[in-house]
Amino acid sequence: MTLAEAILLTITTAATPLLLAAIGELVVERSGVLNLGVEGMIVMGAVVAFAAAQLTGSAYLGALFGMAAGCLFSLLFAFLTLTLVANQVATGLALTILGLGLSGMIGESFVGQRGVQLEEIAIPVLSSIPLIGNLLFNQDLIFYISIFSVFGVSWFLFKTRLGLQLRAIGDSHGSAHALGISVIKTRYLAVMFGGACAGLAGAQLSLVYTPQWVENMSAGRGWIALALVVFASWRPLRVLAGAYLFGAVTIGQLHAQALGFGIPSQFLSALPYLATIVVLVIISRNRRLTLMNTPASLGQSFVPDR
Amino acid sequence: MTDQQPGHGNCLLEVRGLTKVFGELRANDGIDLEIKSNEIHALLGENGAGKSTLVKMLFGSLEPTSGQIFWKDKPVRITSPGQARALGIGMVFQHFSLFEALTVAENIALSMDQDVSIEGIAEQAAVLSREYGLPLDPHAHVADLSVGERQRIEIVRTLLQNPELIILDEPTSVLTPQEADRLFETLAKIRAEGRSVLYISHRLEEVQRICDRATVLRHGKLTGACDPRLETPASLARMMVGSEVKSVSNAGGTITDEILIETRNLSAPARTPFAVALKDVNLKVRRGEIIGIAGVAGNGQSELFDVLSGEETVPDADDVRICGTSVGRMGISERRLLGAGFVPEERHGHAAVSDMTLSQNMVLARHHSDADVFLTGGPLKIIRYDAVKKASERIVREMDVRMSGEDPVASSLSGGNLQKFIVGRELDRQPSVLIVNQPTWGVDAGAASRIRQALIDLAESGSAVVVISQDLDEIFEVATSIAVLNEGALSEAEPASMMTLERIGLLMGGIHGEDTKVEAQHAH
Amino acid sequence: MRIELEKRPAYSALFSMLSPFIALGLTIIAGAILFTALGKNPIDALYSFFIEPLTELWSLHELLIKAAPLILIAVGLSVCFRSNNWNIGAEGQFIMGGVVGSIVPIYFHEWNSFIVLPLMLIMGMIGGALYAGIPALLKTRFNTNEILSSLMLVYVAELFLDWLVRGPWRNPEGFNFPESRSFNDSAVLPELFPASGGANMGIIFALIATLLTWFMMRHMLKGFEVSVLGQSARAGRFAGFSSTKMIFFAFLFSGALAGLAGISEVSGAIGRLQPDISPAYGFTAIIVAFLGRLNPLGIFAAGIILALTYLGGEAAQISIGLPDKVARVFQGFLLFFVLACDTLIHYRVRLVTAVKARTEGEGAS
Repeated sequence: MTLAEAILLTITTAATPLLLAAIGELVVERSGVLNLGVEGMIVMGAVVAFAAAQLTGSAYLGALFGMAAGCLFSLLFAFLTLTLVANQVATGLALTILGLGLSGMIGESFVGQRGVQLEEIAIPVLSSIPLIGNLLFNQDLIFYISIFSVFGVSWFLFKTRLGLQLRAIGDSHGSAHALGISVIKTRYLAVMFGGACAGLAGAQLSLVYTPQWVENMSAGRGWIALALVVFASWRPLRVLAGAYLFGAVTIGQLHAQALGFGIPSQFLSALPYLATIVVLVIISRNRRLTLMNTPASLGQSFVPDR
Repeated sequence: MTDQQPGHGNCLLEVRGLTKVFGELRANDGIDLEIKSNEIHALLGENGAGKSTLVKMLFGSLEPTSGQIFWKDKPVRITSPGQARALGIGMVFQHFSLFEALTVAENIALSMDQDVSIEGIAEQAAVLSREYGLPLDPHAHVADLSVGERQRIEIVRTLLQNPELIILDEPTSVLTPQEADRLFETLAKIRAEGRSVLYISHRLEEVQRICDRATVLRHGKLTGACDPRLETPASLARMMVGSEVKSVSNAGGTITDEILIETRNLSAPARTPFAVALKDVNLKVRRGEIIGIAGVAGNGQSELFDVLSGEETVPDADDVRICGTSVGRMGISERRLLGAGFVPEERHGHAAVSDMTLSQNMVLARHHSDADVFLTGGPLKIIRYDAVKKASERIVREMDVRMSGEDPVASSLSGGNLQKFIVGRELDRQPSVLIVNQPTWGVDAGAASRIRQALIDLAESGSAVVVISQDLDEIFEVATSIAVLNEGALSEAEPASMMTLERIGLLMGGIHGEDTKVEAQHAH
Repeated sequence: MRIELEKRPAYSALFSMLSPFIALGLTIIAGAILFTALGKNPIDALYSFFIEPLTELWSLHELLIKAAPLILIAVGLSVCFRSNNWNIGAEGQFIMGGVVGSIVPIYFHEWNSFIVLPLMLIMGMIGGALYAGIPALLKTRFNTNEILSSLMLVYVAELFLDWLVRGPWRNPEGFNFPESRSFNDSAVLPELFPASGGANMGIIFALIATLLTWFMMRHMLKGFEVSVLGQSARAGRFAGFSSTKMIFFAFLFSGALAGLAGISEVSGAIGRLQPDISPAYGFTAIIVAFLGRLNPLGIFAAGIILALTYLGGEAAQISIGLPDKVARVFQGFLLFFVLACDTLIHYRVRLVTAVKARTEGEGAS
């Protein structure tokens, strides 16, 4: 493995959780729901995945449990915002606050343990292609899922009937209801999908990225994922580009820290967060464009009259 | 006239004792309705009579509290729009159930219950729209289409399901008279094919013209079933409104030469992708004059209101003048100080804050103009609610606002009563200039006539009034001169006495309209 | 079975009062279940969580020390949230208040004067306000989502503080510990009753901020403007109020109070700068604001309750060996229940069983 290859490999590892969480949130927001609890769902996914992997000895079971944990945790949000029409912004924050607390409590006994790492799966033939083979076809399962999810979601949203209905609900839940499309049920499913994706993103952190449990190990990735969805104008392929851009920034600043350059490490660590703000400013500056792209019913509660 | 036994053979849809209760409100109370096959049946009633509730139950989007629906003499429970469609009921909504961000074909696909490819739908839609003379581009985005075109999507998408009964909810409220004529032709064609139409309206003249039978609702109850062609407009109105509504008297005061509102070549770019740009609007309103501004929804009405009120400013101060002062760059509060009053279209969330009390809503519009009474002096600006309450009680008395409790929140008032309060809030200041947008939209007949009379009285007492309205009857009732707004451009105002419905219709559709070549030639 | 909501014609004043109490009750029940699941006697656990900290004078002092920053921040946030501006970066503004307020005692550490403390407090407020001004500026100028920008700035502030105390501001006589010089006496917030415990002026600031904000929101046109713009930007424009100015007002106001909380904490409870000056006060204050129903007086009470969960967490760790993270879980539960109970204010909630829905559709309400 060359140095360049090694660096690219770390970039894919850093980008994968962002990509997964963002693609999940994209589906949620396309249905008109704003779930600010991504950070909480990721961290819950991370701790449950780690615990399950430790207890069963299987990283795959760990990943599965992490996904389930994110999904179940998102149901809490769904119940409050969809059934009880609570404010989505506040409830999303609540989910993050609870997730950070609950994961700390669950993970307390696992702090400092060495984890089980998810192994790479080399795809025969393809993995031996020079240059890209090792990078793209000798990776762990979660990486493959993350790439697949981009194209899967893209196909689902733009080529299937259910995807059309989901976009319609995000555009106007009132009209969708009038046509007999089940707004609440579809939104429940979307939120749960987002939760599962965030949970899997968390599992990637504690089983691949740094195979151990550290409190608050999501470190703001949930929020960056939320920003990525805006950055991508709610389009799956642009999320892919954005996630890898941020992966590169993250890895770049780590290498810069290692090399020194005389820049304080804290300033470099702040780069991904500052980059998020800069990207948001650039993207949202055009008010008209933002208004055109944003799902029109995003963040609004819906109460069907019966 | 009606047969009480269900199942005498020739009824397509029959409803017995249908009731819907919302909390304490009986929105529909024991409604009976019969629609025969091959007829255009009118459902008449004024705003809030329960027409929409009834059809929502027929289309499965509301669940009846009690009562029975028969479809072709068999009792049915319609629990979802999908089921209604499966039975053969199609619906064209009043406020369209369309998705702006999607294409025409995608919008149609959403109302089909089976999974059809978008391309297949586009083809079918193209064939149908040719057949019925309803031209449509299946790949256009709805956001780019006019109101008339949007209605065509709704109709085509309903026809695609091959329904036996088509429900149309207030379809002409958004059309020009000429577009309405074309719609009537389409309806006649639909009936000729053996289908039935349930036509919901509060416009008597239309109903008498195209409907075979009529059912009339008032306050959620059935008040009559008749053949509208055998009735007079007065007898139909009585069934609809109950008591006689006081007609508006328009003696016509003296109009002086003093211009109180003026815009000079006023242009304003569209602020959002969904807004309309104003183009060279020239408007002069003199003391004593009421100018009615007609036009189909979405042609720049709210944009014009915003620049007149100062909610949006323009770079050149001289573009808008109120009472002789150049106000283009002034905000709404400063314009109010000059003696101007404003009544926007939307009651909830624009003219009033729904969860605030009437007296708080009083502060909303008048904290600046009545600062000496409503606020203490000094930098703290403490609100003197005792003085505010007194003022809002005065308005409640003056405008006969019906409400429960002493100072209720705005959302608890009916549309008509809240509108009376909102109009009264401005009249109470005796404004020398009043700009109103859709003053009686969604308001019951009694309140509407009271509000219109108040506008006329204000003009007679020497103010200048601008009434922006999509209701042509209203415009003819109050206006001394009439102009038409079309795609952000305003026609020259002409005396109301010289205006005809046809002429307004041409001006409304004059420049826009894709298939109105004939009219376009007549329009100047 | 499903849950149906029916909009009330006007919001319920009764449930508007009751909902925080129902939420508290539900949280305590959920807490009891949690403690049982952790293998503790729920009665003992609840006792050491909620009662024990109140039984001794010194811990009452601790309660006030913890409540002060929560109340200060939450009162500021209430104005933000009421005007529909989602400042969730109060944690960062708290830190920057602490940092900017500490400039004087760190650079002029030998300056003893009565003016030092007021200067620190004012500079702390300015620091917090300016830092909150960034998301406000980005929102008004570039239409940038203030939730994400204000939150990102929290991470930046944390790293900035970390750099300061490990770098330029590290105590030259401090054996390389990552902390600044200890403040001299004139830079330390005075204690209220030094004889019985450490409670300082912070709680007085919180009380004053609460009362002034309450007065503004209740009686002044400015408070009315906040409510109108929060409920409907369109109606606000009709009233002649400016959304842009309100965004700045709300952010600067809440930033200043968070900054004041920050410098009060640094100068009062800690006495120097160190990498970690806040146990997530800025985030917990969001819970305080909602539990207090965005009403300053309610927030004062809510601040005391949330402060109790901090102390209770410590107490329960010592006395019955509960993990200290339980306090955070508790706080999370509380916010969830508060938000859920708020539904009762605007809606009637009823359970509809499937059978009943099929036949009647009319449930008991």
